[in-house]
Amino acid sequence: MAGEKQRDVKISVRNLNFYYGGQKALFNNNINIYEKCVTAVIGPSGCGKSTHLRVYNRIYELYREQRAEGEVFLDGENILSPSTDLLELRRKVGMIFQKPTPFPMSVFENIAYGLRLHYKLGKGEIAERVEKALRAAALWDEVKDKLNKPGMALSGGQQQRLCIARAIAIEPEVLLMDEPTSAIDPIGTSKIEDLVKELESQFTIVIVTHNMQQAARISDYTAFFFEGEIIEYGLTDEIFTNPKNKKTEEYITGRFG
Amino acid sequence: MKKKGVIKRRFVDNVMKIVSFAAAMSGIFFLFWILIVVFNRGFSAFNWKFFTQISADGADGGVANAVLGTAIITIMATGIGVPLGILGGVFLSEFGRNSRLGNLIRFSANVMMGMPSIIIGLFVYTMVVYSTKTFSGFAGAVSLAIIMFPVVLRTTEDMLCLVPNSLREAALALGTPRWKATLHIVFRASKTGLLTGVLLAVARVSGETAPLLFTALNSYFWPCDPWWRIWDVFSTPTPNLTVTINDYAMSPFEGLNRMAWGASLLITASVLLLNIMCRIIFREDKR
Amino acid sequence: MKLDSKKSAKNSKNPGDEAFKIICMVSASFIILMLILLFIELFHHSMPSIRKFGFGFLWSTGWDPVRQDFGAFPSIFGTVLTTVVAMLIAVPTSFVIALFLVELSHPIFGKVVGEALDLLAAIPSIIYGMWGLFVFAPFMQDHVQPFLSKKIQPFLDSAAAFIGRATGIEIGLPFFSGSGMGIGVMTAGLILALMILPFTSAIIRDVFKMVPSVVKESAYGVGSTTWEVTYNVTLRYGMQGILGGIFLGLGRAIGETMAVTFVIGNAQKVSMSLLAPGTTIASTLASQFSEAVSQPLFKSVLLELGLILFLVSFVIQILAQLWLNRVRKSAGGGL
Repeated sequence: MAGEKQRDVKISVRNLNFYYGGQKALFNNNINIYEKCVTAVIGPSGCGKSTHLRVYNRIYELYREQRAEGEVFLDGENILSPSTDLLELRRKVGMIFQKPTPFPMSVFENIAYGLRLHYKLGKGEIAERVEKALRAAALWDEVKDKLNKPGMALSGGQQQRLCIARAIAIEPEVLLMDEPTSAIDPIGTSKIEDLVKELESQFTIVIVTHNMQQAARISDYTAFFFEGEIIEYGLTDEIFTNPKNKKTEEYITGRFG
Repeated sequence: MKKKGVIKRRFVDNVMKIVSFAAAMSGIFFLFWILIVVFNRGFSAFNWKFFTQISADGADGGVANAVLGTAIITIMATGIGVPLGILGGVFLSEFGRNSRLGNLIRFSANVMMGMPSIIIGLFVYTMVVYSTKTFSGFAGAVSLAIIMFPVVLRTTEDMLCLVPNSLREAALALGTPRWKATLHIVFRASKTGLLTGVLLAVARVSGETAPLLFTALNSYFWPCDPWWRIWDVFSTPTPNLTVTINDYAMSPFEGLNRMAWGASLLITASVLLLNIMCRIIFREDKR
Repeated sequence: MKLDSKKSAKNSKNPGDEAFKIICMVSASFIILMLILLFIELFHHSMPSIRKFGFGFLWSTGWDPVRQDFGAFPSIFGTVLTTVVAMLIAVPTSFVIALFLVELSHPIFGKVVGEALDLLAAIPSIIYGMWGLFVFAPFMQDHVQPFLSKKIQPFLDSAAAFIGRATGIEIGLPFFSGSGMGIGVMTAGLILALMILPFTSAIIRDVFKMVPSVVKESAYGVGSTTWEVTYNVTLRYGMQGILGGIFLGLGRAIGETMAVTFVIGNAQKVSMSLLAPGTTIASTLASQFSEAVSQPLFKSVLLELGLILFLVSFVIQILAQLWLNRVRKSAGGGL
């Protein structure tokens, strides 16, 4: 499947090292993330998957002791350079977290919030955009009568799709998903997986997951992380059917992790 | 879609950051302003007479009687308020954690903690001063005790709740009666917490003025003279530092104003010392 | 906690335990008794005043001990006015202080500043009074009030005139009229603001810390600035706790006695100007008591004022508890 597609590089990571205070967490990561496909990041817990992902929108900077070194190019521009506009970067690179994080506002406002931050829009346009985002997140039919209810009143899976709608409403180019289904029930999970496949045509998606089947089901490329290093990276089919590295093989066959 | 510029958003953000820094610093500024004024003016009132004479001599005298009176009132208040508060706190943490009575008590204690101290003063005035037909240091002590009571009660509960249940179970498993387990094991495990709670309550009431206006009133003589006539504290107005400050500050005489500053420094320094001590004790304990 | 009363009481029929439990229960129950007695006593002793003046007491402005004519309105009005001034200053200030201490400052620096601010709460009320009367009021008289009455008041006057012309409704905005003497409602309000600041800012700080970091992260994640995250997300998330904190501060401000008595001027008058002297319930109690001791009706009037203050404080405390408890519950239940 994915193998035939010729892809452009969207994000290019060069010699990325990451530190929590004095402790090094990522070692010389190098990876190319391809445009408009799903890249899964797998590996045992504590191996640096989430840490790696959190560099792409520089969210780690909220914490004083965390520090990244190296280069991360988004469309050829190094986002780690001090001149990067963080607000614009985070608009371009949306993020979905482990737990659904609806803001303490209504369903409608949750999505309108980001739109108002970044765009000059009239009332009608906002309503239009909100509907469009909710439709794109396959949530519109479920919440169209509950737009004024608080976002927290939705079910866990719906909340997570609300967060996805919120992220895609501001027209990002990249979507980072940090174990988006780990706190969601199986039905909600399968809906989110379907959604990810659908969104692939518009966005570059990087998804961290614990769940090997999930990675196999939805991703085109897979990167295997172990102890802060990228051990193996390639087409998902190849990684899962014919891993080159012994560690990768042990992990995907369930011998550890 | 039409993009919004980030310049305005960043500008607002930076302005708010500066404002928030300035607000925090202005709080510190006022703290130092007050402390410097109190220390500066207070020190100039200090001399040998200030600490040894009684206030009957006015600006030529001192506040020794008021210091003694405040000490007596505070100690009496502690003697009444602390045991009640600690026993009450034991009830909340050991017997009434989720009971209806426990919740009602907790609620009442919170309400009482938020009651203006002047209301407590009025209350004790109608209760104690009416029935004993005299202002007295004892009435003052009762009003301060009522202020301390809910504070000690709630901190005791909080501190005892920090003691893990396994410790209680271990004590009870040895066949220790509940009361012994509480007094010997649970109290010992949380003794610094209890101590800080008590000291904070003492600090809080030792600066109180309003309730004493209606209860202890003030006097220019020794609280009990000669010293063994301790029952005077129950039957006559008792001198104390805070009401002395109140009286002297309102006086048109500069000499008395100066003494009021001296008394202010005494009160402020002791209250702050108590507070800082509590924090140090508590922090040492956590380590 | 299954070590609880019923079970252990059944298992151990130890008389010492029973006695211990009863002693503790009686001590704890005292607090309920106090609260009830407080109300009964104040109510009982207010009766002469209530019988004489009825409900009209609340809006009567009279205050004449010689003719035994008393009204609560100046005190109530002054209490409301000083409290409003104090809250208008203290609440936004506490909010931005919390923003600085929790989100912006270096943790160690923030801790030091936070502890110093807590010390503001430890300083006794009467010390604020001393500082207010001898230092702050003269400062206000010399440096702040002339500016307000000469520069801001004309502006307010023309604004009032403009509104009058535009709407046909005659209004006055005399908030800074008259020449300030240093002491007065505004000085009292400012000092009150300073006194409640440590309480409200401590609670708002706790509320800020309770907001899960993942919620803040996701707000940053859509490209918000720190201020936008705080104002749009953190504030809403912690609204109930902040309201609880505001009510705790309100309770303090409304009953604060000595500091206010020292600087408000204790005039039984109603004036819209913040520079004019006034009075509050608590400062009326403190300043008039010595005169009232020998006059039964006057004393009863003061006790009725006390009763009013008690009832208002009671309601405020209930609201504060309600909101703070809700926050504690929801924080206990996770995200």
